[in-house]
This record gives sequence, C-alpha cells and structure tokens, in this order.
Amino acid sequence: MPKHQDIHSVLLIGAGPIVIGQACEFDYSGVQACKALREEGCRVILVNSNPATIMTDIQTADATYIEPVEWQTVARIIEMERPDAILPTMGGQTALNCALDLHREGILDKFGVRLIGASVEAIRAAEDRGLFKKAMQEIGLDVARSAFGHDMDGARQIAEDIGFPVIIRPSFTLGGTGGGIAYNREEFEDIAARGLEASPTHEILIEESIIGWKEFEMEVVRDQADNCIIVCSIENLDPMGIHTGDSITVAPAQTLTDREYQRMRDASIAVLRRIGVDTGGSNVQFAVNPADGRLIIIEMNPRVSRSSALASKATGFPIAKIAAKLALGFTLDELRNDITQATPASFEPTIDYVVTKIPRFAFEKFPEADDHLTTQMKSVGEVMAIGRSFQESLQKALRGLETGVDGLDEKLSGSDPETLQKLEQEMRVPGPERLWYLADAVRRGWNQDKIQQITRIDPWFLEQIFELVQQEECLRGMPLASLNAARLRELKSMGFSDRRLARLLGCRESQLREQRQKWGIRPVYKRVDTCAAEFHSPTPYLYSTYEMECEAEPGNQPKIMILGGGPNRIGQGIEFDYCCVHASMALHADGFETIMVNCNPETVSTDYDTSDRLYFEPLTLEDVLEIVAVEKPQGVIVQFGGQTPLKLANDLEAAGVPIIGTTPDSIDLAEDRERFQQLLQRLELRQPENAIARSAPEALSKALELGYPLVVRPSYVLGGRAMRIVYAEEDLQRYMEEAVRISNDQPILLDRFLNDALEVDIDAVADQDGQVVVAGIMEHIEQAGVHSGDSACCLPPYSLPEAIQTELRRQTVELALALGVVGLMNCQFAVQEDRIYVLEVNPRASRTVPFVSKATGWPLAKIASRCMTGQTLKAQGVTDIPNPRHFSVKEAVFPFIKFPGVDILLGPEMKSTGEVMGIGASFGEAFLKAQMGAGEHFPSAGTVFISVRDADKDKLVPAALTLVDLGFQLVATRGTAEHLRAQGLDVTTVNKVTEGRPHIVDAIKNGKVQIIINTVDERQSVRDSFSIRRAALQMGLTYYTTLAGAIAGAEAIRVLMREKRSVLRLQDLQHH
Amino acid sequence: MQAVLALADGSIFRGTGFGSSGLAAGEICFNTAMTGYQEILTDPSYCGQIVTLTYPHIGNTGINPEDMEGAQIFCSALVLRNMPRTPSNWRSQQSLPDFLVEQGIPAIAGMDTRALTRRLRNGGAQNAALLVGVKVDEQEALNAARRFPGLLGRDLVQDVAAQHSSEWLLASGSPEQAYQAQPITHPKHHVVVYDFGKKHNILRLLADRACRVTLVSPKTPAAEVIALHPDGVLFSNGPGDPDALDYAQEALREIMAARIPTFGLCLGHQLLGLALGAKTIKMKFGHHGANHPVKDLRTGRVLITSQNHGFAVDAQTLPDVLRITHTSLFDGSLQGMAHKDLPVFSFQGHPEAGPGPHDASIIFDAFVTAMQQYGAAHA
Repeated sequence: MPKHQDIHSVLLIGAGPIVIGQACEFDYSGVQACKALREEGCRVILVNSNPATIMTDIQTADATYIEPVEWQTVARIIEMERPDAILPTMGGQTALNCALDLHREGILDKFGVRLIGASVEAIRAAEDRGLFKKAMQEIGLDVARSAFGHDMDGARQIAEDIGFPVIIRPSFTLGGTGGGIAYNREEFEDIAARGLEASPTHEILIEESIIGWKEFEMEVVRDQADNCIIVCSIENLDPMGIHTGDSITVAPAQTLTDREYQRMRDASIAVLRRIGVDTGGSNVQFAVNPADGRLIIIEMNPRVSRSSALASKATGFPIAKIAAKLALGFTLDELRNDITQATPASFEPTIDYVVTKIPRFAFEKFPEADDHLTTQMKSVGEVMAIGRSFQESLQKALRGLETGVDGLDEKLSGSDPETLQKLEQEMRVPGPERLWYLADAVRRGWNQDKIQQITRIDPWFLEQIFELVQQEECLRGMPLASLNAARLRELKSMGFSDRRLARLLGCRESQLREQRQKWGIRPVYKRVDTCAAEFHSPTPYLYSTYEMECEAEPGNQPKIMILGGGPNRIGQGIEFDYCCVHASMALHADGFETIMVNCNPETVSTDYDTSDRLYFEPLTLEDVLEIVAVEKPQGVIVQFGGQTPLKLANDLEAAGVPIIGTTPDSIDLAEDRERFQQLLQRLELRQPENAIARSAPEALSKALELGYPLVVRPSYVLGGRAMRIVYAEEDLQRYMEEAVRISNDQPILLDRFLNDALEVDIDAVADQDGQVVVAGIMEHIEQAGVHSGDSACCLPPYSLPEAIQTELRRQTVELALALGVVGLMNCQFAVQEDRIYVLEVNPRASRTVPFVSKATGWPLAKIASRCMTGQTLKAQGVTDIPNPRHFSVKEAVFPFIKFPGVDILLGPEMKSTGEVMGIGASFGEAFLKAQMGAGEHFPSAGTVFISVRDADKDKLVPAALTLVDLGFQLVATRGTAEHLRAQGLDVTTVNKVTEGRPHIVDAIKNGKVQIIINTVDERQSVRDSFSIRRAALQMGLTYYTTLAGAIAGAEAIRVLMREKRSVLRLQDLQHH
Repeated sequence: MQAVLALADGSIFRGTGFGSSGLAAGEICFNTAMTGYQEILTDPSYCGQIVTLTYPHIGNTGINPEDMEGAQIFCSALVLRNMPRTPSNWRSQQSLPDFLVEQGIPAIAGMDTRALTRRLRNGGAQNAALLVGVKVDEQEALNAARRFPGLLGRDLVQDVAAQHSSEWLLASGSPEQAYQAQPITHPKHHVVVYDFGKKHNILRLLADRACRVTLVSPKTPAAEVIALHPDGVLFSNGPGDPDALDYAQEALREIMAARIPTFGLCLGHQLLGLALGAKTIKMKFGHHGANHPVKDLRTGRVLITSQNHGFAVDAQTLPDVLRITHTSLFDGSLQGMAHKDLPVFSFQGHPEAGPGPHDASIIFDAFVTAMQQYGAAHA
C-alpha cells in the first residue's frame, strides 16, 4: 500500500531539553524521522526548544521552530502551518503529553489535524496504570498485583491479599521518597505509616514485589497491515528493582529458551494490538520469575525510546526511520533494509555478537544525593559496546565509560570486617558501582552462590564476571614475559584492555601494546549487518574483536576521522556530538570519506548513515590507534568531541597520528595554567589574580596572599568538576579535605573571585592563514561564579556596552592568533565595571557552538572543520558575523527534581543536563520563551516571597516594583521586608524557618506562595534556607536563586502578561 | 580437546573440541536463529549436516525434556563461536556439552564462525568434516570432508523416520505446566502424518487443534492410509533430497486422488511439487533461521517464519494445477502453494516453529478448516 495520499505535511514534536530519562536519543530518532518523511515528499514542520540538536538545523526540516514544547505554542504553530498530521512518537514523553494536551484543548479538532503513529486512546491506555492493567488482563497477561491504600486498615488488608514482600510507594512524593519494601508485617506497619504521612494525598500504592526477577525488553514494530516484527530483545543484567535506564543491559536476551522467548514475542505483539499502536515502534517490558518462568508485563511505551535507540544501534535496524514511514501508511514489506540494501524491512534482525550497555552516572556532581539505584532513573548517559562474547562486550563497555576504569578495576583494599560489610552492602543495595564491588567480592573469594543470593544477578552472567576476575588474579604480579602469544590472544578476546593488562602485569601500557603487536595480535573489524552475515552488507558499520577475518575493507580515497564524545555526562553532552556530526557532514560534502568513532548509542553520530564509515568503539588510546592503523586517515579531528578525544591528543600525536586543526601543544598551552598565564602577560591581557598550589599548605598560604573569596578547582576539568567558591580559610580547608586530592601531578587552581562581575562567553573560528572571525558574544544573565554551562546567556548581549564588545572581540582575535587556533575557540571573560578579565580559553568546540550557530545562522562546526582541512575563512565566505537583530537566550535545565536532598543553588560546578533556547524580538521575550522551554509555568497572579542577601537588596527593588505593578503581593523575611518597605513597597513579613511557626516553608506548602526569590552567600544562610528551596522545587514553583535571574524573570513575567508573544520560524531568521 | 573443521574446498578452521571426540562429516550449513539450539539439534531434518550456529553464545539455557523435537540429536556435528557456559534456566536439566557427549556428537568452539558463514554464503554450502580429539590431523578431516557423498540424490528419510506406525495425542503444555506436553481427551479430527523425520511440534500443534495423529512410516502405501479414513494427511519435514523419494511422491498422488485434505510441510512441500510435475533444485546455501519474512500473496500479510531447507521447488516449473500462495521476501523463492481444485496445500518453512516465531501457525488452522469442510461434505 502506498502512503496515505492525504498527508502532505507533518508536524514533528521534539523532546525539548536533555533531562535525566530523556536524552539525545530523541534527536537521533527525530532526525531519522524528518529524513524519512521528507524522502516521501512530506513537508516537515518541527518544534523543539533544544538548540543542540541536529533536528533543529534548518536543513533537517522545512519549517523549524525553536520554541517551547507546550500546547499553546504548538497550537500557534499549527494555526500558522496547518499541517495535515502530527507525529508525536519521536519526542519522548514530552511530545506524547503535548499531543494529549492539544487533543484535550480541542486544537486537533479545530484545525483538522490528525495524530499519526499513536492515537490518543493508545497513549492513554499505555500511560494510565489502571487502564493498562485492565487491558493486559483482558488479553490474558499477568501484571504485578497492586492496589491503593488510604489508611492503615485498608493498607493492611491489601498487603495481606497480595502477600509479602510488598513494595510501598507513596503517591506524589519527590523521587518516590517515603516508600520502601516490606518483608513482614512489622516492617509494613512502619513503612506504610511513614508513606501515608509523606504523601500529600495520604495515598500509598501497595504492590507485589518482583524485585530480583529477571527483566527483559522487547522492541516491537507494527504496520497498518498488522505485520509485527521484534527488532531486538534486551536482557537486563541488573534484575528488577533498578530502572532499565540505570541497569546494565545486554542484547539479545541470553537466558531464555526459544519457548520463553516466543511467548514473550507473542505477548509483545498482543500488547501492541490491544493498546492500539497501529503503526510504529514500541517498547514492552517484562519481568520473569527465575524460579518458575512466571511472566509479568511491567509497562509499554507507544513510541520510540531510549531502548529503541539502543536496539537500533545494536542491530542496525533504524526503528525511528521505519516507524516514521509506517506512520505515513507504508507497510514493512514495502520498505527496504538499508544495511543490506537487498532485503526488505519486514524481517527480524538477527545478530552474531553481544551488545552491552552500561549507564553513566553523575553523582559526583550531587554529593548530597542518594546514589542508590531504584525504579527512578538517575543516570545521565550511557555507553554501548559490541563484542563477539559477553565478556568482550562488557569489558569494552567498561573502558568506554571513561570513569577512570580500564575494566573491572579494584574498588576496595583490605579484607577487614568493615570492608567486607561494605562489600555486601554495596551489592545488596545497588549503587552505580555495584559491578566493581561485585568483582572485589570475587577477589576476596566469595562464592558464586553467595553473590547470586545477594545480587540476584543471573548465574549465567555471574559466572563470566567471575571468570574475568579470576583471569585477572592469575595475571596479578606476573611479569609481562610470562605471557605467550596464545595466552595474550585469549585474554584480548575476553575483552581485556591493554591498559588493564599492563596494570596487572606491572608494566607500561605501551610495553604491553608493543609486545602484542609484535606477536601480530591485532583486532579485526566485523560488520553490524542485521542478518548475521546471511546477506552481503555494503554498509561499513564496524566493531572490533579478536578473530580471524577482518571486514573493514578500508578505501583509498582521502579520509578524515572524527573522534566523538563518548557517553553523555554533565558538562559533555549532545553539544559535542552535534559538532562531530557537522564536521562529518561538511567534510563528506567536500569529498572526504568521513570516519566516525564513538560509543554512545543515543547519538546521531553513531547512526550508520551519518558518516561514510562508523566504528562503534570505545574512545581509548588503544582502540583509536588500532582503527587508525586499519584506516590510515589523512587527518584526525579531536577538537569536537569534548574532553574525551582531547585527552588522547598528545598520545595520538606522539604515535604519529595526523591530528588536524589546532595542535595538541596549543591546546595544552591554553589548559596549562602557568603557560597560559605567561601568554596573557605577553598579550597584556588581564586575568583574575590567581595561583597554583601543589599541596594543602601551599594552597592556604597562596590563598592568604590573594585574599578571599576565591574560586578553587582542580586543573584539567570540564564542567567545573569539584569547583567551588570559598569565602574563608575554613572553607578552603574543608574543600581540600572533602573534594579534591592535591598532589604534584594534580594541582589545584586558586582564582580571585570577582564579585558582581558580568560573565561573557565568546565563540570564534580561525583558519590556518590567521584569519579569525568572532561568531557570537554571549552575555551571561547570572553573575560570574555560576558555571557557564549552568548560566543563562543572551546573544547578542543585552546590556554590554558596544565599546566593551569591541574590546572583547579584539582580545578574542589576539588570543586565537597567539594560540595558533585552527578551528574553533571559546573564550570566557568577566567584566567588572570597565575591566575585562580573561577567565578561560578553550581552543576547541564548546558547549555553546550549536546555540551560536542557531542564533546567528552560521554553521560554526562546519566552517571550523573546513578550516581544519585547509580551507580559509575567506574561501568559505565567512569574513564577518555581525550580531543578529533578534535576541536568543539559552537557559540551562537541571535534574534537581530527581535528587531529593540536593540543594538547587547554582555555583561554579556545572549541574545542568541540558539547555533550551528562546528567540524573540526583545531580550524579555527571548528570556520568557527560554524559561517556558525549560518547563517554567509562570504564575500570572499571587504572592512573591523575597529573601535576599544584603548586597542584592537595593538592586532587587525595580524587579519587585514590576511584580507589584503586575498585581503580585510581596512577602519577605524581616530584613528584606524592612528594606523594601523603606522603598515604599507594601510587604508582609513572614518568619524564617528558624524564627518559629508558622514560617515561610509552611506558607509554601500551603500554596500561599507562587514565586520565590532567594539569594544567599554565607554558609549559614545557605543551610537555613535550604528547606525553602527544596519546598519550592517540590511544589513546582517559580524560583530564583540569583539576583540577575530574578530581574530577568520579572521582565519575562511582564512580557508574558502584557505583550503578545511571537512564534518564529528559523528559516525566516537565517538568510545566508 | 582439540578440534579441526575442514571444508571440502580446503579451508581449515581450528578450535577447541567439546562434546564427543571423533570424526563427523556432513554438508555444513549455518543457522541464524538466536534461540532454540536444542530444537535445532534434535530436528531430524538436519541429518547429514554439520550445523553452524551464528549466534555466539549457545547452550545458555541447557537442555530440558520438553523442548525435544526428535528423540535424539540428528545433525552430525555442531560449530560454535564460544564454548557453552554453565546453563541457567529453571527448566534446564543437562548442559549442552553433556548432552552432546551423551549423544556422541562432536562439536567445536572458539573459531571465527562469522568468517565461516561468509564463506558459505559466498561459495555455497559444501561438504565438511569435524575431527575432535586429543590430537587432531587436518588432513584426516579434509579427507573425510572430501569423501562425504553430499546430500544430492540421497534418501536420508529412512535413517531418521520411525518404521512402525504409532499414535500421538499430546498437546503443547502451558507455561504454568512448565511446557510439559498434555494428553488430549476429545479429539475431533484424525490426521495421518507421513513421518519423514517429523518434528514433535507438528504433532503438538495438531493435538492443540483437537487432532488425533497416526504416524506412519515413509513407505506406507497410500491405500493403507486411506483405509484409516483420516480427515487429513500431513507429509512431514525430513532430511535429504526429495527427488530421491519416488515412493512418497506416489503416495501423495494417491492421497490427493482420494480428495483427502493434504498438507505438505517442508520436505512434504517439495514432495507435493515433485508429485505434480514440478522440479526441485538444490539451493546455494539454503534457508536456515528464525527470521525469514514470507508473504501470503492472498492476504498481503507478512509472516516471520522459521526456515530450514536446502532444497526448494523451482517456481519456474510449477504445473498449472498449483498456484503460489507464499513467497520469500528475502529472495523471492517459492514458500507455499495450493492445488487449484483440491484441498491440498503446502508450506516450505516451518509453521510449527520449534524454534522460531509462531506467525505461520495459522497454516495449521487452515488445515483444520480444510478438514472440517471435508468432514462436513462426507458426513
């Protein structure tokens, strides 16, 4: 059947900013969908507030709206564009929710636009737990037994009916706090009572415990002719109890007989039919009781997901692309399998390798957060690896994580009772590092049964982890010479990295590599081909293994290799993948063969058709050198993938790898504090007074010389890791005890903190002839001291005088020339009164490149990659990038809601997971849109609570006046209230938490406050006001913790209430 | 133990031996199914073949009594990428290596099965031999590979089929019954199955549909079968070259002449083609897997099917009385056909699955429907 003849234009709803649980997999899916729809002649209209996406490039869709993904904005877009259909299944839960809102508000009916891919009924049936449970029972599928309790008597009865153990989940608490698992009546009494108390609606869900059961996922695709295929099965190594996004998962399923697998297959397809997913991809999750095979359905998602992205990368089957075409009315047999280019899409991929995914966490950013893994997702990224055995793929994934491990590295030393107790605890109550603790337990001779009982990990996996550790212990302390070629080959085929082996053997990694290569033990590259080699595959989607035959078949044309960014983390996310993809696109267009190396399954860069060749490999020196040896590229790009490839730059260069663009030495020059300082002195540029300290006493004495407050941090970090502002000597002392280890190799940097300074980010691009073009000046909204990644910023600057801008441009050009930049450069400046300070220069792609590209219309990463391959800026027609006429604001998005107990105050350590962009005719409008894109729901009436530090009191008055003008009431703590009253404002005084009840937190919890403005500086007031900020977060209130944020926020509310908001099409703003 | 796998073209693969020691020759094929190794090993159709499983981890769920497709292992030898691990599954009663030892089947692991698969894909199926022992000689394996007579023209049915008739009344067990087959009590139909090396799941699926099954040996004259007054006759799957089975083709013609509903499955499908004048061909490397898309030309629906065949009916030679009902979407090959005038049809793949997806089980429903119509007409 050909496509629906009545669909000529489709609105695709994006997922918005990157948050925990919704990451760049939706850019990957959305880009595929856009391409697929346009291939079929559809006009594609796209809305997404996330600028760091390939989907929001103007080339991806016909009409692109970087606007908040919320129903009112989308309704405006529908009114303007009049699409025939909306595809809501590519943008995660955000897009589904938006589609439901549009339906509820009658927008779909009003404009005669239909949903394709998923119906309202299907979305509801999958979402609503009650409806879902009923539907599953109708088709004879088992679900976990559960019921809601509203008092202790009722709860007791439910627990008795279900039988112990039961899980208690209080309704509507942050991060599910107040729940637990009860194994007996006594525990139940305790937890249920606590849960009822914790729930604002006094409601708890009591559920049959299936913790410890095996967990599986099936990725299903269905077409309108009811043809169904399973693209991939996934088995979680971590049993039930840990969110699948936080679990180590393996594809395909390993411990199912064909009978069990087919039962799950039949059930998955039955679920799609019952829920009513007529076309597209869905994910169905199951639990299996390892004792008797009982099968329970957990949930289903009627859309593409993180798992479908993983399944696509794991099999080579592009689920989102196919799903988009099916939504247009095609059937699976009408579509082609792109990988083989010979067979149809109506088949089930079969693979001849093992895929392992390991989540990457960011708890180091949130030391106060509970790092135990539960059914709520906490990871921020993931790594995937492919091997010809589970052991090989597991170990490749481990080293791809870039958390400083090369394999199953040791966590603990010693075998004292305390250590053993910790080991057991870490295995029983899993955190992000359970696997390594498990390995430690094996090292201490714990047997498999015991560990199995504690962890409930399937013995099939456990046995292999045991074997890996035992292999390690055989090697420990032996000399390199004790190995022979056969033994080393065996170890390599088990996935051991050169570095891990070297560490165990007490030699250098380079020695081990030399010996290995002397013996001719080199990896071969196999193809991911969807069919286990049954058909020829012309698609070079490759992974390494230690075997006989290599299928890489490298070509002879000029080629450039791009090293990607590895797993997403806070500080290094989708923005860097965006740059890598752009480099690949530009250089491919220039006639180069492009080779991508990356191991992040969520990304566009690891789509098999983004580059000419894809190596799905960890980004370690060993892995990259081997690929280079096979491909022999003319150039390797390291400056786009964030710290991941940069860390390798020196070693790669030393190994003779041709790195193009800014030299590793220049990168080092900018990152090495002392060299950089000399450079600035030579250029006569100003820097905040600073010092470097290689020991604690040195730090204290240097701090005294500089004077407090100070910004302190370890050298060589991205994302402000362990960066703090210290106000006094005791703060610094505590910092050195708790946060960092200082040594000769790991010095810390001390910078004089610039009070009340404006911070500015500048991106520039330079060519090999010494031409430098400043691409964008971003004025931060939050004052200096808040990490640039967490700070909102505006392009062009909204308050910075022209003369300062000119001087900033001049300094940027000077710096680029002095550093010999070829490619991208990012500079951070602070402006205090009229003085400009250079804070940081990074001669590489920065987080802001996509934002600047979207705001100005100049594709910076493409331009930079062409500079790196020798084209001049002039030849590219890039001589000057003026400030655009419209304002673009970037706002950061934070994961605080996922981490109970974490303070929401911003500081020099980056904590945001993603960003949004707002575009408007004025700063206020752009800021408003950015806030809305970040999920802010501004109130239009009510009460503003103000409690600010003394220094901010005067400057806040205009914002307070604005809010009063708009009809808001003010309440404030005593000091602030008095100050505002003195300015003629009508303010009610409210108690601080320490001043007795009723106090401000009571007022917040009682819904008496709508907006909170709360700035603090010293330690004590931070602690005192913590409960205010936490309550604000829990109640979903509008809150500001910085003065600048509050001022901009007041302006945004004014625009919201008094002005008409525009909806802008990116194609209309970018003309060149 | 050491192991060496030699192909007749001279390719040598070395690896680690397991299972039984000794020498085994056969035609080497590869199967791309990721689950169901026990079913594959015990499928009589693999008689005379060395099976390579492309999924690298095999043996994970051990061996259990319920998933047997035949009474024993029928393939000559097994080729794997990784040595099987200690099995982990609630129904497992034996490990795969122990099962192989018990059954006297040699196996090799630790070799590049993907390289082998690519060789077979490009060069076509060929004869091979696996030698497993403490010390193995490449030349000995190579000689054995080259001595193997091949499958073309071979009647292997006699080696695997039962020689006496028997009754079957066991239906599939539910998961709650741990998949243990359950006797049916009130059969509605009587099916005679010509056993050329049938898989148990064919019989179970018939029993699931209230069919009492009488199994008869390959050379049972049609008259004897007709005398049983069956509601339908099924010609089963089995190993070897269908062209060598004149007697079966003859029986098929007679059964059809009696207008009894007739269902040819895999080898039975090929026999139907031959019986009506079509030709069969030996395929380059056959179809062996659990992911093959087959289109039902009457409904347009795609079935994901289990496949295991090295011979095929040549669609070019199909007589007018047969029409094509199913084709492979992988290579366009003939996958199902039906007689234009008689309740006679056939399917090349394995609608009984075991292992594989259940999509094609509707063909058994069609068979039952044909029997119902036949029963109504003869009531």
